[in-house]
Amino acid sequence: MSLAMNTLRKIAEWRYEKKPLARGYNMRTLAIDIGALGFAEKPVSAEMKRKFVGGKGFGLKLLWDGTKPSTKWDDPENEIVIAMGPVCGNTNYPGSGKSLVVSLSPMTGVPIDSNVGGYFGPFLKFSGFDALELTGKSDRDLIVFLNGDAGRVEIFESPESLESDTHILADKLTHAFAASEAETDLASVSVVSAGRGAEHSVLGLLNFSLYDRRRGGCRVKQAGRGGIGTVFRNKGIKALVCRYSTLSQDSNGAADPAAVQRIGLKLHREILRGDNSQCKMRKTGTAHLMEVMNDYDLLPVQNHRFGQDPQGPALASQVWEKLFSQGLPDGCWYGCTLACSHAVDRFELKTGPYAGQKVCVDGPEYETAAGVGSNLGVWDPEGILEINFYCDTYGIDTISVGTISSFLMECWEYGILNEARTGGVNLEWGDWRGVCELMHQMAEGKGFGVLAGRGSRYMAGFLASQYGADPQLMKDIALHGKGLEQSQYISKESLAQQGGYYLTNKGPQHDEAWLIFMDMVNNQIPTFEKKAEALHYFPMFRTWFGLQGLCKLPWNDIEPSDNAKWSEPNKVPEHVANYRDLYTAITGEPLTWPELIRQSERVYNFQRVFNLRVGHGRRADDYPPYRAMGPVTEMEYLSRAERYDKQLREKIGLDPAGMSLGEKIAAHRRYRCAQYDSLVDAVYARRGWSPEGIPEPAHLVEIGMDLPDVLEVVKRALN
Amino acid sequence: MIKYLAANDKKCVGCMTCTSVCSKLYFKEDNPAKSRIQVNEAPAMAYHLVVCDQECMACVRECPTRAISRNKAGAIVIDNKKCVGCLACVAVCPIGAMRWFPGNPVPFKCISCGACAKACPKGALEILTKEGAL
Repeated sequence: MSLAMNTLRKIAEWRYEKKPLARGYNMRTLAIDIGALGFAEKPVSAEMKRKFVGGKGFGLKLLWDGTKPSTKWDDPENEIVIAMGPVCGNTNYPGSGKSLVVSLSPMTGVPIDSNVGGYFGPFLKFSGFDALELTGKSDRDLIVFLNGDAGRVEIFESPESLESDTHILADKLTHAFAASEAETDLASVSVVSAGRGAEHSVLGLLNFSLYDRRRGGCRVKQAGRGGIGTVFRNKGIKALVCRYSTLSQDSNGAADPAAVQRIGLKLHREILRGDNSQCKMRKTGTAHLMEVMNDYDLLPVQNHRFGQDPQGPALASQVWEKLFSQGLPDGCWYGCTLACSHAVDRFELKTGPYAGQKVCVDGPEYETAAGVGSNLGVWDPEGILEINFYCDTYGIDTISVGTISSFLMECWEYGILNEARTGGVNLEWGDWRGVCELMHQMAEGKGFGVLAGRGSRYMAGFLASQYGADPQLMKDIALHGKGLEQSQYISKESLAQQGGYYLTNKGPQHDEAWLIFMDMVNNQIPTFEKKAEALHYFPMFRTWFGLQGLCKLPWNDIEPSDNAKWSEPNKVPEHVANYRDLYTAITGEPLTWPELIRQSERVYNFQRVFNLRVGHGRRADDYPPYRAMGPVTEMEYLSRAERYDKQLREKIGLDPAGMSLGEKIAAHRRYRCAQYDSLVDAVYARRGWSPEGIPEPAHLVEIGMDLPDVLEVVKRALN
Repeated sequence: MIKYLAANDKKCVGCMTCTSVCSKLYFKEDNPAKSRIQVNEAPAMAYHLVVCDQECMACVRECPTRAISRNKAGAIVIDNKKCVGCLACVAVCPIGAMRWFPGNPVPFKCISCGACAKACPKGALEILTKEGAL
């Protein structure tokens, strides 16, 4: 049954004056109170722009202003902020369609920010707002419609019969809210939705749709991390819809549109020339990493116990290349010729409520293929696709689902879980149907799946307290930081990557720093000082993408052919120059490389202080579970015995010959934990933070993040 | 049916009449940078004419908005209303026949209108048809 817009009951409407964008900014944001059905236009001050830039910076600033230190994720005053950034939405430079979504996370209790493609963010921006703040809570499900063509926002009651699952909901709303059934009109609508899984777990994500003109249907990209979809459904928001029909090359009001064209064209040409011999993003997307990670012993296998498996080739990129429909311009925003957003068409589902139906599966990307594939001992691409599809349509995060499931499967192997305890769900390694069953239960709000949906941290405590599992083992093998599940690289043999994951504000994700090759493979950052410098530079540099509305991938998943000749090729200096030029072409403001880093530093430190403000953000919050640092079990040690014995001799100064296996594991643990402590000291010092991890007031003054309420939080924390 | 502009480099003397006619017709300006056919100098007082063969379709495949398609007459044309100006088509064109100039929000290309062929004093250009999938 299709849905007609004129059958929906409208309960609120608000009109606003349409104004052209200038130099990438609207200089205003929109706040909608879902509970009180109130609307407010807020000006963006020159200071807000200077200090917070846009995107994630605006999101965090608005969230800070709208919440109290005591606010919990499910309080009405918690917000979901969707913010874009000045560069976002230009149609020339690949990777320019990202929105940043910010909220207090139900998983961690601290602010989460998650970046996402799809058309909603750019459409929202061109409809007139630099950010959208959603506050309050409704007792019935609502649909919010931003009509950027008319300058009108409308709120409708969602019919009870309307499905929550995204693959149906996004499609119905796209057709209902499009001006006509013409392809161009359908492509002028984007929907944000979650799904039933987000209603019964903390793993909820937001799907941002794009109408795929060639496939004649909706695709979705995910703001995956941190449970923002759970907040969305908790607020009673069924969906957001935005319509904007007049997209053009100059929609962003760039200061120098010709320069934007030139910079974009240069990268288009570089991609078309180089991609096939570099990362093959246009053919396989990030799934090209599967064999690379397996070759380097970095692919997560069985809950990150191992980094390699003889079955690795079963999930290698050539397998995905065959499954993905080829030759389509699969960008998640216009102008992205890196086009990594691939899909498997006409995939027949085997389980759950849609079994037997043929669907389009978005992805899998590397994180999904590794997280719900190798990490679960699933070597069947069809199993991965099935989990991938249901994660998306139920609105739950594939990375967290993968990491929780691998933890539960390991517990199954140890006898901590069995069918009696899971209510009949089989969680042996490789049983992807068992994982699907967990997800179907999350969607239906029943059974063991609901427990699993509370996250790794909760489950580790639960299994220890209810089933007598060894609490230390649970702590060691539940891979999360601050409550957020770790993403899918083996960090055991790279101290810098352990820091890249766990010395982060929002929890262990791959958004900030990926230093394994620099550190472990190429040994380019051998000292603590060099690791600390990398753990300053790269998180700051990559934060900048989130301020601008940019994707990270076109920065270094394509490189200029002469990149190696530069002194710091890891930074891809020519592309940094592109970004500076692009920023200037759009905003009209000059930007030096140090100032680019400084823009990020302000926001990064603000986020750290935000964590402190809500009772987290100290040194104790920045430690990994030991599985991320070294071998927990004898089996793990033995799988790399030669390497570990060598390290005992050469790094730790012990002779493994006379040592028992237990002694060797313990010696490694002592050494590795001490190394991590030294790393933390070095990184905090480089970031201008106290040994307790608190930004020093003098540092905040130096970088220009010395707002009075920020300094107040810091001073209280330091005392 | 494919309708295309056949260019004979050997007959071209580099007089630039074609670029003048083309840019004046579509941009009201005599400017070779805004012409859909290009006259490039080659060694030994020879010239190489660059224009879309209306056959390869690389731009059609690359366009994210499906703004580029074959029209009824058999030429590959851009629907400016659908185009968002990303210039992926310019980058993907193997012979540089998809054109743009700084600040113009959309690219442009030869649509086999024949205006240049009529004006060419040396008979180096003519509109022809060839068989091909529509």
